[in-house]
Amino acid sequence: MFGEFFASNLQRFWELTGFYNATWEHLVMLCVGLFFIWLAIKKDFEPMLLVPIGFGMLIGNIPFNLNAGLEIGIYEQGSVLNILYNGVSAGWYPPLIFLGIGAMTDFTALIANPKLMLIGAAAQFGIFGAYMVAMALGFAPDQAGAIAIIGGADGPTAIFLSSKLAPNLMGAIAVSAYSYMALVPVIQPPIMRLLTTHNERRIKMKPARAVTQREKILFPIIGLLLTCFVVPSGLPLLGMLFFGNLLRECGKTKRLANTASNALTDIVTILLGMTVGASTQASSFLTAQTIFIFLLGFMAFIIASASGVCFVKLFNLFLPKSKKINPLIGNAGVSAVPMSARISNNLGLEYDPSNYLLMHAMGPNVAGVIGSAVAAGVLLGFLA
Amino acid sequence: MKKRIFSLIVVAAACSASLFAQSRTSLRINEVMVDNQTNVVDEYGERPAWIELFNSSFAPLEISSVYITNDKSNPKKYPIPLGDAKTKMGKRQHLVFFADSKPTRGTFHTSFGLTPGQDNWIGIYDADGITLIDEVVIPASLPADASYARTKDGGDEWQVRDGSQESLYITPAGANQIIDENDRVKVFKERDASGAALTVMAMCIVFSALLMLCICFYIIGRINKTFAQKRKVEAHGAVAREIPKKERPEADSGEVIAAIAMALNEHLDAHDRENTILTINKVRRAYSPWSSKIYSLRENPQRK
Repeated sequence: MFGEFFASNLQRFWELTGFYNATWEHLVMLCVGLFFIWLAIKKDFEPMLLVPIGFGMLIGNIPFNLNAGLEIGIYEQGSVLNILYNGVSAGWYPPLIFLGIGAMTDFTALIANPKLMLIGAAAQFGIFGAYMVAMALGFAPDQAGAIAIIGGADGPTAIFLSSKLAPNLMGAIAVSAYSYMALVPVIQPPIMRLLTTHNERRIKMKPARAVTQREKILFPIIGLLLTCFVVPSGLPLLGMLFFGNLLRECGKTKRLANTASNALTDIVTILLGMTVGASTQASSFLTAQTIFIFLLGFMAFIIASASGVCFVKLFNLFLPKSKKINPLIGNAGVSAVPMSARISNNLGLEYDPSNYLLMHAMGPNVAGVIGSAVAAGVLLGFLA
Repeated sequence: MKKRIFSLIVVAAACSASLFAQSRTSLRINEVMVDNQTNVVDEYGERPAWIELFNSSFAPLEISSVYITNDKSNPKKYPIPLGDAKTKMGKRQHLVFFADSKPTRGTFHTSFGLTPGQDNWIGIYDADGITLIDEVVIPASLPADASYARTKDGGDEWQVRDGSQESLYITPAGANQIIDENDRVKVFKERDASGAALTVMAMCIVFSALLMLCICFYIIGRINKTFAQKRKVEAHGAVAREIPKKERPEADSGEVIAAIAMALNEHLDAHDRENTILTINKVRRAYSPWSSKIYSLRENPQRK
C-alpha cells in the first residue's frame, strides 16, 4: 500500500521534472542561451544586454509540464515571470530605457551643428530598405515593419515596435538587434572604407561652436514639440527621451537625472533583457522566420550604415569647401550610441592621426536615436 | 507667496484638464432593437427592447451617472447607477441595456421602454444632465426582430439589420463588424506590395521632422550668436576685428596657435583674461561602516 503510494507520487514528481519534459528544441534553446552568455563574458559583446538575455533564455527554456498548473511560465497569466514580462508585452520598459538614454545623452554636438541631424535621418533608410526586402520575402507589412526596425540599431525601439506590431517575433527581433549592435565594430568599417576615398577620409571638420545652457534646455522642449507634433505615435519613446534630457540639462534636477541614467536604467535593463530572453521559446524561435529575421537585420544594418555615408557624400556636393563633412561620420547615423561614433573616430585617426572625429560623429549618432524613434512612430502610425 | 499662488493655479489647471480628459464623450449608442420577438433574452427570461452602448475610445470608461433617456424634455430619465463594477467599460467594448421600464431589475434595465411602430428618439447625457453625448432616432419602419445599428462600431453610418446575411447580423454586446485583420495592414498588403510607397512616405516624414528641428536650432544658434556678440560689446566695448584668412600668415593653423598658447601658459604662468566665474562643487563622501568595503570584503591571503 505504502509502496504504491510512494511509487505513484515519485512517478508524478518525475513527470514534473525538466528531464521528463525536455525536448530537443529545449536543449537547442539552452545552448543558444549559453552561447550568448559566452559571447558576452568571453568576447565582451554587449555584456550588459547579452548576459541578461542569455540567462533569460535559460530561464525561459527550462522544460516543465505546462498542464500541471504550476504558474511558472512566462506566458502563464499571473506567474512571476509573466508579471515582469508585462513591461515588454505592454511596452513600458523601452520608454523607461529611453528616459535613461535621454538623461545620459549630451546633445551638444548636435545643437552646435544642426545639419548633422539630417545624417541621422538618412541612416533610417536602413529600416525602410529592409522593410521592402522583408515585403519581397513574403512577410506581412506589420511583421516586415517590426523586423526592419532592427536597422535603427536601437534595442529598446526594436522591442517597443515589435511588441506592438508582431509580438510573436519579438524575441528573435530583440536578440537580432542586440547581436548586431554588438557587431557594429565588425560590420561598419568595411562599408565605410568601401564607400569613401582616401581624401574624403582625411577631411578635417571645423571644431563645433560652444553651446549655451539655454540652448541645451530648449533642445528637449522644442525637440519634443516638433517631433511629436509630426509623429504622435512616437510619443512614448520621444517623450521619455526628451524628458530625460531636460532632467539632465536644466541643472535643477541632478538627482532625478542621476537616478534615471543610473539606477533606473540598470533596473529596467536587467528586467528587459531577462524577460526578452525568457520569452524566446523554442516554438517561436526555432523557425525559418528567425533565420530570415537575422538576415534581414544584418541587411538593414548594412543599408543604414551605407546610406548614412552616401548621404554625407551627397551633402558635401552642396557645401562650401570649408564646411565639408567627413563621410566617415555617416555611419554614426544609426543609433548605436556611442559605439558607431567611436568607430568613426578610430577610422578617422587611422588615416590622419590628428583628425579626431568623435565629437562630430556624436551629432549624427544622437540624431540617429531621435530618427529611429521617429521611424518607429511612423511605422506604428501606418501599421498598428 | 506669489510662487505658492502660481503653483496652486497650475495644479488646479492640471486637475481640471484631467477632469476634462475623463468626460464620457467617446460613449456611443451603437445598436438598438425596438421590437424583440426572438432575439436576446434578459436574466428574467423576457425579451424586452435593448440599447447597445459602445466605448469608442481606446481607454476604459466608467459610465455610471451617465443618463439614458427617450425624452428630450427629461434628459435625466434613467441615471446609470453608481457602485456597479460592470459599468466600467473596457476599451472598444459594448454594454447592453434592456429598455423595459423595470429599473428595479438591475443596473441594465432602464426606466423607460421603446414603442414599436413609431419613431423612437434615444439620447445619452453626461453626468451634468446637460451635455448631450450621443443621440439617434430609430425609424418607425424598423421591423420586428430587426435592429438599427451602426455599420461599423462607433461609425457614422446606420443600417437596418435583420440577420439575413453576414453583414446584417444582429450583434447585441458584440462588434458590429467582423474584424479578422488590421485594416491598415490589409491596405498596405494589397496596394503597396513592394513597400516602396511606405518607404517614400516614411523617409519624407523622418526627414521633415529632423529638418524642422535642424532649421529651428540653426535659427536659435544664430540668435544666440547675435546676443552673445551684443553682450560682448556691452561688456568690453568694441570687439576685436577678425583678421581675414588672406591676411593671416601661412602657418596660422589652429594647432600651431594652440601649441604656442600652451607653451606660453606653461612658461609664464600668464593668463590673458580670467573668467570670473568660480564654481564650487560640494563633495560629500558620506562614510558609514554599513557601506564600507573594508567590512564587507575579505582580503585574500597574499604570499610574500
